[in-house]
Amino acid sequence: MASRTRAPRTAGAYVRRTLVAVYLFMLVVWPAALVVRHTFDGGLENLTTALSDPVVTAALRLTVVVAVWAVVINTVFGVGISMLLVRHEFRGRRVLSALVDLPLSVSPVVVGLALLLAYGGTNGVFGPTLEGLGLQIAFATPGIVMATAFVALPLVIREVVPVLEEVGTEQEQAARSLGAGGWQTFRRITLPSIKWALVYGVVLSLARSLGEFGAVKIISGNLIGQTQTATLVVEQKYQDFEQGSAYATSFLLALIAVAALVVVTVLRPKEDPDGD
Amino acid sequence: MGIEITGVSKRFGDFVALDDVSLSIPSGQLTALLGPSGGGKSTLLRIVAGLESSDEGQVVIEGRDTTGVPAQKRNVGFVFQHYAAFKHMTVAKNVAFGLEIRKRPKAEVKAKVDELLELVHLTQFAHRLPSQLSGGQRQRMALARALAIEPSVLLLDEPFGALDAKVRKELRDWLRRLHDEVHVTTVFVTHDQEEALEVADSLVVINDGRIEQVGTPDDLYDKPASDFVLSFLGPVTTLGDRLIRPHDIEISRYEQAAVVDGPITRWTRVGFEVRLEVTPTDPRHPDPVQVVLTRSDATALGLHPGDHVWLRPQPGADAVVHA
Repeated sequence: MASRTRAPRTAGAYVRRTLVAVYLFMLVVWPAALVVRHTFDGGLENLTTALSDPVVTAALRLTVVVAVWAVVINTVFGVGISMLLVRHEFRGRRVLSALVDLPLSVSPVVVGLALLLAYGGTNGVFGPTLEGLGLQIAFATPGIVMATAFVALPLVIREVVPVLEEVGTEQEQAARSLGAGGWQTFRRITLPSIKWALVYGVVLSLARSLGEFGAVKIISGNLIGQTQTATLVVEQKYQDFEQGSAYATSFLLALIAVAALVVVTVLRPKEDPDGD
Repeated sequence: MGIEITGVSKRFGDFVALDDVSLSIPSGQLTALLGPSGGGKSTLLRIVAGLESSDEGQVVIEGRDTTGVPAQKRNVGFVFQHYAAFKHMTVAKNVAFGLEIRKRPKAEVKAKVDELLELVHLTQFAHRLPSQLSGGQRQRMALARALAIEPSVLLLDEPFGALDAKVRKELRDWLRRLHDEVHVTTVFVTHDQEEALEVADSLVVINDGRIEQVGTPDDLYDKPASDFVLSFLGPVTTLGDRLIRPHDIEISRYEQAAVVDGPITRWTRVGFEVRLEVTPTDPRHPDPVQVVLTRSDATALGLHPGDHVWLRPQPGADAVVHA
């Protein structure tokens, strides 16, 4: 990594710094702070009310279950797809690379609708067959996990791919020549070199999975206490004039995501200036 | 025994990297594959290691046909130009890697690692990370790592190419001494003819995917089989219609039976050497001829810039072929 030089203290530098600070404050810090302020408007009352509401706790539990599944699935397939994209030449590689970005560009609502068309219980393409086998996807947890995994798909891959490209294949070749098989090479050489990119991708995926709304709203059916996730509860409580619970739930969602990011930032070692 | 390469060809798309190469490398020797960049020498080395597959042909290592055998089963030590150090492991762990993969007992691994670190003079760096070592130290670590598995052959791909000139020279001498100690069949790739001439027992000159000549450094320098080998192994100049090394030309201020004659048009002194350019008067050979002689010879002959001189090959100069 190029080392940063300390910018000279000119008037231009101050203007630029102020612009960035104002931009971040107006867009991120201030609105987020307002949520926190409203959560604690009446002391801890909003939080205790929300946490004693079975609808809210059920939703929070479902959100955590869904997020964990989506992250596990995306980690395994994310690393697999990254290896495929970087380490192998094959027909359609560029198409696959573009497809991976699709979830970033398509609206989550469209994703939910598409999954419903494919896996819907009564008139979806696969839905009736799977339901005949006793597996309900739409309006149930599997559907919510699928929708969440879909929207968070690119995050692990986009973190891991550049690092895989940068470390190159020489260390892997050296491991091979020293007698390591494919799995040993992956576990002992490749995985440690992409470790921090992977952790960062996982945290971003977790944050994104906790916060997914549009796709989940359509595929889950929003059944209160059953398929309603935390984000859906926030919307519903807000519309039902229970703003206190809405703020408290929002606060908890944001808290988990921010905590994960902070933990990673603290744990992540300083970049080695002479890493080769 | 050693390495037997028979009829190996390799293409990358339209580019022919190796064209029906056959070569026999004897056991226990230090062999250099020498040639210009893109000539196919690295590809040949990688095919022997199993890091690249050949389109045709066969490679037999110590009597064992390796066609279709993956790299991890060949027991070949490989050293890369850019070290390929395992960045997240200490020096000791890097060296131990091959032994741990082979599930050797811990005590044996430790003893072997200590012995090798001693051999490459890195004992006091055992617990450092590769990023805390200099380039030369990293390459010695890579060499110890490759030797740890007791390979049947040791292959080095431009091992000193990424190092600065001084370290390169040190490591070159050190590799020669190391080989005299361990005696493992060693093949290294280089584009530096001085490195090859100085270190190797035998040289293989490769160009355009073909072998130009195989022989000892003396053979190749004195009896090159082609103009390419002659010019690749050292400086050459054209004297009349022949190629010759500039220090194999006899120069005189007095009229003698000569191939060409003309005035000294350029005079460069480099240390103990004097490098001259003589422009022939004969219009059939208008290109200047380079002549190299020592400073003391130039003084003894009474040469000065602008003098008219007569040039002919020195008696006993074998390195003369038709241009």
